[in-house]
Amino acid sequence: MRLVFEKRNSVSKKAIILVPVVSFLVSLILTGILLIIFRTNPFVTYASMFVGAFGSWINFTETLVKAIPLMLTGIGVGLAFRLRFWNIGAEGQLVFGGVAATWVALFWSNFLPPFLVLPTAILMGIIAGALWAGIPAFLKVYLKVDETLVSLMLNYVAILTAQGLYYGAWIDPNGMGFPGTKLFPKAAWLPRFSGRAHVGLFIAILLGLVMWVVLNRTKWGFEVKMSGHNPRAARVMGVNIGKTIITAILVSGAFSGMAGAFEVTAISHRLQQGLAIGYGYTAIIVAWMAQLNPIASLFVAVLMAGLLVGGDQVQMMMGLPAAMGIVLQGMILFPMLAGSLFTDYRLKIITKSTKEEAV
Amino acid sequence: MKDDQNGKSPIVEMIGITKQFPGVLANDNVDLELFPGEVLALLGENGAGKSTLMNILAGLYRADKGKILIKGEEAEIDSPKDAMKYGIGMVHQNFKLVPTMSVAENVVLGLDSENFVLDLQKVSSRIKEISHHYNLKVDPNSIIWQMSVGEQQRVEILKLIYRGAEVLILDEPTAVLTPQESGELNRIVKQMTGEGKSAIFITHKMDEVMEFSDWVRVLQKGKLVSVVKTEDTSPKELSRMMVGRDVLFRVEKKKATPGEVILELENVKAMNDKGLEALKGISFSLRRGEILGIAGVAGNGQRELTEVITGLHKVTEGRIIIDGKDMTNKSPLDLIKSGVSHIPSDRVAMGIVGDMSVANNLAMKEYRKAPLTQHGILNPGRILEMAKKMISSFMISTPAPYTSVKFLSGGNIQKTILAREIGACSTLLIAAYPARGLDVGATESVRKEMIAERDGGKGVLLVSEDLDELMSVSDRIAVMNEGRIMGIVDSAEADIESLGLMMAGVPMEEGK
Ligand SMILES: Nc1ncnc2c1ncn2[C@@H]1O[C@H](COP(=O)(O)OP(=O)(O)OP(=O)(O)O)[C@@H](O)[C@H]1O
Ligand SMILES: [Mg+2]
Repeated sequence: MRLVFEKRNSVSKKAIILVPVVSFLVSLILTGILLIIFRTNPFVTYASMFVGAFGSWINFTETLVKAIPLMLTGIGVGLAFRLRFWNIGAEGQLVFGGVAATWVALFWSNFLPPFLVLPTAILMGIIAGALWAGIPAFLKVYLKVDETLVSLMLNYVAILTAQGLYYGAWIDPNGMGFPGTKLFPKAAWLPRFSGRAHVGLFIAILLGLVMWVVLNRTKWGFEVKMSGHNPRAARVMGVNIGKTIITAILVSGAFSGMAGAFEVTAISHRLQQGLAIGYGYTAIIVAWMAQLNPIASLFVAVLMAGLLVGGDQVQMMMGLPAAMGIVLQGMILFPMLAGSLFTDYRLKIITKSTKEEAV
Repeated sequence: MKDDQNGKSPIVEMIGITKQFPGVLANDNVDLELFPGEVLALLGENGAGKSTLMNILAGLYRADKGKILIKGEEAEIDSPKDAMKYGIGMVHQNFKLVPTMSVAENVVLGLDSENFVLDLQKVSSRIKEISHHYNLKVDPNSIIWQMSVGEQQRVEILKLIYRGAEVLILDEPTAVLTPQESGELNRIVKQMTGEGKSAIFITHKMDEVMEFSDWVRVLQKGKLVSVVKTEDTSPKELSRMMVGRDVLFRVEKKKATPGEVILELENVKAMNDKGLEALKGISFSLRRGEILGIAGVAGNGQRELTEVITGLHKVTEGRIIIDGKDMTNKSPLDLIKSGVSHIPSDRVAMGIVGDMSVANNLAMKEYRKAPLTQHGILNPGRILEMAKKMISSFMISTPAPYTSVKFLSGGNIQKTILAREIGACSTLLIAAYPARGLDVGATESVRKEMIAERDGGKGVLLVSEDLDELMSVSDRIAVMNEGRIMGIVDSAEADIESLGLMMAGVPMEEGK
C-alpha cells in the first residue's frame, strides 16, 4: 500500500470547508503537545479558553470587541490578496486610521456641529488608511517596487508616528505624563450596545456582505478576479490592471483605517498605547483561513478573537503565558498552508489489488 | 489482435481504460496497441479524450478502470517517473522546459540517476552524441528562452531520448511548428522507429497522419470507434470517422466586395520584448469586407503586428488608423470599444482566465455593456444565458457553463476564445492562428465563420503559417520577413513557390 498525491480535477467544494476546520483541529493537537510539555492539561486549558471567550455573554462581548477590527482588516487584506498584492501593512493602515480619527476628535470638535464629529472622524480614518495603503500600491504600479517590503516598513512608520504624537505633541497636559491624548469629547464616541461591544460590529457585518456582492456581482469585482487570476489575459481583455490594483488597495486600506477609527472612537476614546496590538497581522491569518471570502472572514474573525480573549483568560487563571492564544493562532497557519495541498490535490491510497480513493 | 501480421507483439497495450472527470466520461473502455518500430496516430474531435488517454499512459492521471501492459506484463504507472522506467516519455502541448536554464541543465533536471555533483561536461557530450546521431542541431549550452518553438521541441525530444525513452508520445507536436519544422520532426521520428523505437502522436492534420503513421485509432466522445492501417484509409474517410460526416477541406466563398478602408498602417515601427526592432516600417491597408492574410515563418514580427493593432504593444514610429480614426498607441480598452477583436496566438496565457468559469470567460468582452451590466452591476442570469447560446452555436464541449475553463480540452479552450471574440467584433477581427489545435470539423467552421465576418462587412486580418489556409480563406496575402512586408499578392494569383520565396526574404519584384 502507498499514498499518492494526484492533482485534483476541480477544487472540491467539501475541501473548501474541510480544510480550515481540519487545520484548526490539527493546530489544537499541536498546541496540545506544547501544553503537555508545559505540564498543563490541554483539555482543561482549552475548556477554560472556550469558557473565557464564549462562556458568558459578557465574555462573548469581549470576543466581539476583538472580532470587529479582525473582520474589517481581514476583509481588507483578503481583497488585496485576491490581486496577489501582498499587503502586510494592515497594522500600519489601522494605526494611521486611528491617528486621523483622533485628529478630528481632538481638534475639529469645536468647529463641527456635534452630530458631524463622529462621522467625520471615521471618514478621515478611512481616508487615512486608504492613503497609507495607496503608497505601496502606487509604488508597485508606477515604479514596480515590491509591495511586501514597503507595506511592512510603513507599519513601523505609522506606529512610531502615533507614538510620537501621544508621547509628544498631542499628550494630555493633565495626564500627569501618562502617554496618551486627552479623552475625546462625547460627540466623538461610537456607541456601544453591550459591554464594550459597539455598533461597529453591525457595520463590519454589513460591509462583509456588501463586499461579497461587490466581488461577485459588479463589473469592478469581475475585473479584480480577472486581474488576480491572469493579469496578462485581463490586459488583453482591456482591463487597466494598474487602475484595478490601485482602487482595490485603496479599498483594502480603507477597511483597516476604519478599524483603527473604531478602536479609538469606541474602545479607548483617546489615542494611546495599545492600538497596534497585531490585529493587522492576525488579519492575514483571517484572510487565508477564510480563503479570501469576505463573508467567511466574518466568522473566522470571531474564532480568532476567541483565541485572543481565551488566551488572556488562561493566562490569568492558569498562569500560562498569554502568548498561548497567539501560539495557537500561529499553529493554525501551518496546517492551513499544508491544507491547501488538499484543496488542490487528492490523496489516493493505492494497494496492489484495489485502487481506492480517500479525501 | 495480439499480433501484427509480421508476428511482432505489442510493446504497449492499454486495455479497457476508463476515466471519469466531473461531468464527462473522458475515456470509456478504450483499448490501444502499439508495436515496436511503428507510429500510431491518435485522432478525434476536440475533447474526444486523446490527451487524457496519453496522460494516463505517461503517468499524469490514473485510470479509474483498465490496465496497461508493457511488453506483455502488467505495469503500475503512477507518475511520469514510473512511465520513464518503462521507457515511456511524453512531449506535452505546453512544453515543460525551464526558460532560464540551458539545454543541458533542462535535460538532467529532475533526473535522480545522476551523481549528486552534476557533471555537465559529460551531459553535454552525451547530448552532442545524441543530437549528432539524430541530426537534431541542438547546442547543449543554448538557453531555452532564446530558442524558437521548433528548437524547444527538439530539446524535449532529446530529453526523452537521453532518459532512454523507447516509446515517444507527442501531443499535437506540429500545431506550433512551421511546415519545414514539421518535416524535420517527421524525419527524426522515422529514424527512431527505424531503430525499433515507437511513437504515438496526436494531430488534427490529415496529411500528417497519412505521412507519419502506420496505424490510426480514432476516438469519439471518449470511445474508440475505429482502428485502421494508414495505408488502407484516406483523409476523407478518417475525417468521416471522427466527425461522422464529410468535411470540406476547401471552404466555399463568394468573391469579396471590399468597402471603405477600415485599417491602415503607415510605416509602423516597433521593438520586441528584447529591445530589438521587430517591425521595421510596415504599411498596408485593409478594407471592410476583405480578409488580408499574413504569411510568414513565426517570429518575423507577426506577434508584434497583431499587438500594436490591438493596443498591447507600443508603436515607436508611424500611424495606425482604424475606421478613419488615429488609434496609434491607444489603450487595449479603446480598441475594444472601437470594435476590434483579437484572437491571440498564446491562447492559455493571453486568451483565457483559467480559474474562471467558461461562462465568465465568454463574457470577458461584453461584461462592460448592457445587458450584461447595468449601472456597474453584473447580471449573472444574462451572462449564463449568453454563454449557453455561445456554447451551443460554437459547439464548445464543456460539462457545464460554470466549469472552470482550464478543465476544457485544448480545442475547446480555443473555441471559447473564438466564440467570445467573434461575438464582440464589430469592425476588425485580428486572428492569430485561429485554427491551431482545432479538429477538422471545427477548423472548417472557423474558416466559414471568418468568411461570414468578412461578408458581414468587417475587416479580417488572418495571421497563419498554413499556406493552404491562407490561400483558401484570405482575399489578399501579405508576406512578412524580419519585420518587413515582402509583398502583397491576390490569393487567387498566389502560388506556393513565390510565397515561399518571399517568406525566405526575397522581395516580390525580384522574385518575379
Ligand atoms: N483535468 C480535467 N478535469 C476535468 N475535465 C477534464 C480534465 N481534463 C480533460 N477533461 C475533459 O475531458 C474531455 C477530454 O479531454 P482531452 O483533453 O482528453 O481532449 P482531447 O481529445 O485531447 O481534445 P483536444 O483535441 O481539444 O486537445 C474534455 O471534455 C475535457 O473537458
Ligand atoms: Mg488535447
